[in-house]
Amino acid sequence: MTTIVTENCKNCRFTDCVTVCPVACFHYDDDMLYIDPDTCIDCSACIPECPVQAIYEGDDIPEDQEKWIEINAEKAPGLPVCEEQMEPLPGAEERKAALGF
Amino acid sequence: MAKLGSEENPLLVAIVGSGPSGFYAAEALIKSDISVKVDLLERLPSPYGLVRSGVAPDHQKLKQVIALYQKTADSPDFNLIANVNVGTDISVEELCQSHHAVIMTSGAETDRKLGVAGEDLNGSYTATEFVGWYNGHPDYRDRQFDLSHDVAVIIGQGNVAADVSRILSKTVDELKHTDIAQHALDILAESKIKEIHVIGRRGPAQAKFTPKELREFGELSDCNSIVRAEDLILNPESEIELLEKSNIASKKIYDQFCEFSKRETDPAKSRNCYFKFLMGPKELIGTTKLEKVILEKNQLSGEPFKQSARGTGETIELETGILFRSIGYRGVPIAGVPFNESWGTIPNEKGRITDNNCNIIPQLYTAGWIKRGPSGIIGTNRACSVETVQCLLEDIVKLDNSEIKAGAEAIYTILDRKNIRHICYDNWKKIDIKEIERGKLKGKPREKYTYIAEMLSEI
Repeated sequence: MTTIVTENCKNCRFTDCVTVCPVACFHYDDDMLYIDPDTCIDCSACIPECPVQAIYEGDDIPEDQEKWIEINAEKAPGLPVCEEQMEPLPGAEERKAALGF
Repeated sequence: MAKLGSEENPLLVAIVGSGPSGFYAAEALIKSDISVKVDLLERLPSPYGLVRSGVAPDHQKLKQVIALYQKTADSPDFNLIANVNVGTDISVEELCQSHHAVIMTSGAETDRKLGVAGEDLNGSYTATEFVGWYNGHPDYRDRQFDLSHDVAVIIGQGNVAADVSRILSKTVDELKHTDIAQHALDILAESKIKEIHVIGRRGPAQAKFTPKELREFGELSDCNSIVRAEDLILNPESEIELLEKSNIASKKIYDQFCEFSKRETDPAKSRNCYFKFLMGPKELIGTTKLEKVILEKNQLSGEPFKQSARGTGETIELETGILFRSIGYRGVPIAGVPFNESWGTIPNEKGRITDNNCNIIPQLYTAGWIKRGPSGIIGTNRACSVETVQCLLEDIVKLDNSEIKAGAEAIYTILDRKNIRHICYDNWKKIDIKEIERGKLKGKPREKYTYIAEMLSEI
């Protein structure tokens, strides 16, 4: 079982998810968040928090998003931890609307 | 007097209850940019609250959250004072004298009542009792559960109801390598239960399981998960609810029920778990013990997302000898702290405790389930505790700084005078190591001590 951040987070980075993460497993770069699979306990608290439904777990991961399993695992450990909510990226609201949320 | 929160005059905070919200409050204080000393008080000798005694034994990965609490506990600014009951061994008033602020994080320790006749019959139990029992909580160690009946009924469709139902549905082989208490595993091994009925008062679109918990019912080795297709017919309001994009969790749950309804029942499996909707208990019947439950069929009324269940008058009977109610938790009052009886919580504004007329009481704060009611999962408490600690840090200039507070030393003096044995985090670590050693022999992550005296004898 793995929980991952996918495509929809890119250029949004709302970070609502990090406030409920019990183990601080979210990491960030300039574009989006990533989950460190070695820290995440698959509690799924973050999933309903994401305003653009970018987070998926295990069996729920859509096929076209499966590449993100590897990307999360590779990127997260080398990036800073996101422990507190940050300002969304500029244009996040517009992107959210464009995604249909 | 040096500024409160400075190196010379650190902010002294007593936190009452060492579950997730207590640990997250401690973490937030320790990570803040002021100087603090946290004393975390716990009623049992063992910390971690519901992570230890609530999270189901077959959800070991969730319990890994403890690693983070251990990091907090390793801070030199953290101190555990366990095996101490605040309210009886030491008062909240005494904590207010020894510390600058007190945060109540005592959780929601009891169940909501069904409020129907026969509720207290032998054979009718709370989910709390059963969960505490299989998780080795000392309060419930000696409870007896008679699993010699064919039919078990669970009232409620939230994650606790799912845990209780799943534990009853699993075989010993599915549980024996978890940290389930041995005394519970021995009783479950003799279980005669063949049917488990999980009853929700609203419809399949309003069940409160998480999708992941429900999915586990599709993976049981010796139990069919059964939903009747006709029970999945939705009223128009529920259809609207499921079309709402943000309601994706309910949609996933509904889809999972649909998947169960299409499955062939495997006759080789010895148990069946039935999910039933739109009904609630009207009466529990039995002479000396529970014999049957009268369920009243419900209908929904109201707008989408505001639908409530109302009895239709039509009833059905279900013969059963064992029933668990799991319709929510409530907190219990602590002497010296205001309490809202109808909500089962401590009245507060963003974590600042108020009296029942909304007047803020200086020094007193709260976080977790006792603050906001029993909703959300482990991580939800992190945001909740952070909010409370932010309020406390904003208030620091208003806190009494007229004299030096004695902190933990004052607590120890009171406890020692009363001859109350208190244990520290290093003491707990000894118990922890022993439990893990005991588990290893059986291929379990740990074998818990289930009596307080046993734990104390290992220190």
